[in-house]
Amino acid sequence: MSIIPGWARGRGLFAESKGPWGPSGGNGPPAGSNGGSEPPRPGPASPWGTPRPRKSGPGGANVTSLDEFLAKSRARFGGGGGGGTGLGGPALNRNLLVWGALALLALWLLFTTIHRIAPEERGVVTQLGKYSRTLGPGIGLTLPAPFERVQKIDVENIRNVDLGSAAEETLMLTGDQNIIDIAYSVRWNVRDPENFLFEVQNPEETIQQVAESAMRAALSGVTLDQAIGEGRGDIEARVTETMQRVLDFYQSGVRIQGVAIKQADPPAAVNDAFKAVSAAQQAAQSDINQARAYALQLAQLSQGEATAFDKVYEQYRLAPEVTRRRMYYETMERVLQNVDKTIVEAPGVTPYLPLTQNRGGQPPAAVVQEAPGGAQPQGGGR
Amino acid sequence: MIDTIMRRPILSAVLVLLVLFTILSSVAIIPETRQALIVRFGQPERILGRTEAGINWRLPFVENTIWVDKRLREIDMERQQVLSTDQLRLEVDAFARYRIVDPLRMYIRARSEERVGEALRPILGSQLRNELGRRPFADLLSPERQGVMENIRRGLERTARQYGVEIVDVRIKSADLPDGTPLESAYQRMRTAREQEARSIRAEGSKQAQIIRAEADAQAARTYANSFGKDPAFYDFYRAMQAYQRTFVGEDGKARPTTVVLSPQNDFLREFTQGGAR
Repeated sequence: MSIIPGWARGRGLFAESKGPWGPSGGNGPPAGSNGGSEPPRPGPASPWGTPRPRKSGPGGANVTSLDEFLAKSRARFGGGGGGGTGLGGPALNRNLLVWGALALLALWLLFTTIHRIAPEERGVVTQLGKYSRTLGPGIGLTLPAPFERVQKIDVENIRNVDLGSAAEETLMLTGDQNIIDIAYSVRWNVRDPENFLFEVQNPEETIQQVAESAMRAALSGVTLDQAIGEGRGDIEARVTETMQRVLDFYQSGVRIQGVAIKQADPPAAVNDAFKAVSAAQQAAQSDINQARAYALQLAQLSQGEATAFDKVYEQYRLAPEVTRRRMYYETMERVLQNVDKTIVEAPGVTPYLPLTQNRGGQPPAAVVQEAPGGAQPQGGGR
Repeated sequence: MIDTIMRRPILSAVLVLLVLFTILSSVAIIPETRQALIVRFGQPERILGRTEAGINWRLPFVENTIWVDKRLREIDMERQQVLSTDQLRLEVDAFARYRIVDPLRMYIRARSEERVGEALRPILGSQLRNELGRRPFADLLSPERQGVMENIRRGLERTARQYGVEIVDVRIKSADLPDGTPLESAYQRMRTAREQEARSIRAEGSKQAQIIRAEADAQAARTYANSFGKDPAFYDFYRAMQAYQRTFVGEDGKARPTTVVLSPQNDFLREFTQGGAR
């Protein structure tokens, strides 16, 4: 029997707790008997009034305490529950609350359904996590926030990754096992924003690593001289091509715009030797230039002399004997007119020549001594 | 309805929260970047894999979701020293890209993506050493051409399969000579090669210069010969006259300090001594 009162009390509690909801009458057997005895009241009947007459109900004390507790808590909540007795104050309060909530809702809708996509951007829309579509530039409409979400990605901005710098050596091996110090930059932008967001864990770092790998691969296919000199454009093209292929394979949604080699030099440790080579090139070139100048000069000179001879010879051929003698005399005249001349008469006599006297002590530069009865100069003799 | 809520705010709030919580915990919203493993009381139940982004249902409170990255992930290796067959050392830095294709296996074997990476990193290193160590140094510089990378990828994938991982790509980021002696000797080799080049360039230059000079001399000789060869005797005379002129008078017309001792028999003085007789 000890169980039954408890059970009954429980039922009573439920029945009484329904009271404030508006006793519809005849709910359960115990409550029904009570409810039926009283005249039906409008729903928001005051809960304060009701408990007293119901005290006769089973477990009434408990019901009362519960009701009181509820009433107190309602009162603590600012009397929000006092619908029936409530006057203008609480109603206004409720209105304010409703309006506030509506305003918040409207703001939230406004901010999460209308999206402004800048000309350089694309908006990737995910619907409950799943990719749904990509918004182009302009105003894009979506469902509100928890249902659809927009991530804006700048697709036009060309980004730059610098690898290696002038300050620090970035050494790589070339195909001929030489070492090159290289600095380059990669320009890229986003081609497929959805792939860029969803497919690769860390796109920027991926691009950098792929760039290093592609540059190393490209350099291993050329010699140092090519890499330093005329092969640069070729290397840049090859790196661009390799990077694009690998990144497409990763479905990264990235387009490589280009690779620019900013610096491709021999390492500082061997730079002097490389400078010596260019010095040698300069020296060799200047040697060749000097030889060319000599050649040009000699050619002109020889042609000049030959032409002069030809001209004279033409005249000489017309009158060989006369021309010959004339030239001889004219030359001797010029030769002898300004020199000290000594004519020695007798053959067999060796004269003493005070050569230094009329020279102010200088020894003679040259002495021409005709042998006694000396041979005539060939030119004049003939 | 509103009135009842107003009257029992705590109860209704609790109820609403309960309902919300139940709904939320019965829903798994899977983003595009992840896949999910649904676990019921720790027992893997089903896989929401690569193509199932979006909303998915699960039993509230009894099923948990384990998130697994769906994107391409990275294994970045430590730098490794590789010894080639010709006993040369190379420091190699490589990376691999992988995707988790079997989240269940990944979860059972490794529990998390990070631990997969940690497990595969040393294997990548050893695969790299094994594969590269079987080749001469020259081949190590361009391993792409030799199909080495594909071998390494396949070797790594054999292990990776056990973790439900697919190796997408293995690439060598850098292959450098180790600091110290190998680098120094490479520098020395480069230096001497350049010195050799410098010398040969100089030699080549002076050779060409000599050839140019010789050709010029030959050309001049030909020009002279063509011209003077027409009458060698006259050339002899003509040139002798020029020589006297240059020797005794000089180009500028000023006499050199010269003393000439002439014999009366000299041809120049023939008329002088013969007194006009013929």
